Amino acid sequence: MEMKMIKTAQLSMDWRNKKSKKPTSEKIIEFLIKAGGLSSIILIIAILFFILKESFPFLVGAFNFKEFFFSPEWYPASVVKVRYGILALLVGTVMVTVLSMLIAVPLGIACAFYISEFCTPKQKELYKVLIEFLAAIPSVVWGFIAIMMINPMIINIFNEPIGLNILNASLILALMSLPLIISVGEDALRAVPEPYREAAEALGATKWEIATRVLLPAAKHGLLAAALLGVGRALGETMAVLMATGHSIQIPHSIFEPGRTLTATIAAELGESPKGGEHYQALFTIGLVLFLISFAVNLTADKLIRGRKQ
Amino acid sequence: MARIVIMLLFALVGCSKDESVLLIQNKGSDTLVNLAQAWAEKYKDVKPTVAIAVSGGGSGTGLAALINGTVDIANSSRAMKPEERDEAKKNNGSDVSEFIVGMDALAVFIHPKNPIEGMTLEELACIYGEGGKCIRWSDVRGTIVPGCKDNKIIRVSRQSNSGTYQYFREAILGKKRDLKLGSMDLNGSRESIDLVEKTPCAIGYSGMGYLNPNVRAICISKETNAPCIKPTMANAIDKSYPISRELYMYTKGSPSAEVKAYMDWTQSEEAKKITIKAGYVPAPKR
Repeated sequence: MEMKMIKTAQLSMDWRNKKSKKPTSEKIIEFLIKAGGLSSIILIIAILFFILKESFPFLVGAFNFKEFFFSPEWYPASVVKVRYGILALLVGTVMVTVLSMLIAVPLGIACAFYISEFCTPKQKELYKVLIEFLAAIPSVVWGFIAIMMINPMIINIFNEPIGLNILNASLILALMSLPLIISVGEDALRAVPEPYREAAEALGATKWEIATRVLLPAAKHGLLAAALLGVGRALGETMAVLMATGHSIQIPHSIFEPGRTLTATIAAELGESPKGGEHYQALFTIGLVLFLISFAVNLTADKLIRGRKQ
Repeated sequence: MARIVIMLLFALVGCSKDESVLLIQNKGSDTLVNLAQAWAEKYKDVKPTVAIAVSGGGSGTGLAALINGTVDIANSSRAMKPEERDEAKKNNGSDVSEFIVGMDALAVFIHPKNPIEGMTLEELACIYGEGGKCIRWSDVRGTIVPGCKDNKIIRVSRQSNSGTYQYFREAILGKKRDLKLGSMDLNGSRESIDLVEKTPCAIGYSGMGYLNPNVRAICISKETNAPCIKPTMANAIDKSYPISRELYMYTKGSPSAEVKAYMDWTQSEEAKKITIKAGYVPAPKR
């Protein structure tokens, strides 16, 4: 009797185990998805580790906090005294990014509104193709546009001695980040449920009122994300800003003065700095600074979005 | 990867006669890259069994690649430093061989609107050197440049690891002085010319081969009363032009027969014609 009971219990346990074991394929898929999710985290940590590893000897060696962050003299190839000061590069990066976003975010969001709410489906198709085309132009080509077209334009219109400057780079960067802002912004607007629009229309709202009072608040997180993706794009862009800013080591006192960005410095110098040398390590330290900046931008974005949700 | 792709291409295009193509890797100076490419192109006709893959990146890149043994020939617009030679010897077991393949005069050029005819090395140092006091064109022989706001000098330079940059610095400032910060440090000779062409205030420098009629090359004199010499081929050959230099190719100490044959061919009349066409001066007989 007892034996029988135990056997039944065992059987039922087996059955239960079998049941949980049964969908092996599902388990594999579950594992793959988990691995996919984890891999991005692992990759980020690996990248951070790699940058830290390459810049570590500089950080504990020639690194001088005061000089590095507060001196505008970046002189890695000096024959007199090698100096690593990134203040001018930091200021250049911040100026170019902020100005380009001041141009691109309002334009991009407005364009997203137009494409998603105001134009006919046929126009929509056309504009989307054109905007995707804008995204397909390689950054070196943008750089040439900066030198050959925008440079003489700025010289002539503003009567400045040089047209490769913060303004030029910001214009180029704005043009480059527009496609991203527009398409992400448009997605955000499309995600607003149709009944919102119908309800507003039923209340007699005009298209403008729907856009500003219904869609803007409803899609604000998505639009904010679009803007921040644009910031990321602007921060990280390299080749075009290298050519458009003039790549000149100085703190720009106005938007008409040339400057230099962190990314462009890495791009121009990393290729030929001997691997493992001090210059090489200093460039990786710049990479670390860039990493921290974009981390901070993303964190603030996250906080902003969460803060508004609550 | 690139090597495989190129080999596949050759396999698809040319080799119906079942002959294998030998690939020679050639890398380095951006000053030399156009010439090296033109040579490689022509050499295909001379010896179809040899393909030469040319890429730029700068003299430092090419020499580093030679030291690491990843290229067969390194192009350089400066002589190899003794410590680089030592390193190459340590890595590859043999000394490198040096070939002077041509001469280059470093042209200093300005916008056509700028009336200056020539400058001394000292004036160049005043414009480009750290601590130099020439900020406006009026500081240089009282020049007024039409279309240039405030007469401000816009210095166009190159990124600090370019061979052209290093040679220019040494030629006008010697070995113990830096170039002034705040110049436009562009990534190629082409870009420098493009920028000066569009900017009345600007001054720039590059290898003679890049010059085009939209910018004006000035004559250079060694001292105040010395004759002002134009960057021309004749003046580079007789070395009267103050900023002219040799252009080099380096190979491993004991290059393979094919590499050696190619280096010999670069001395032929055929190759010299290409050198002149590219805007450089053929190397004197060695």
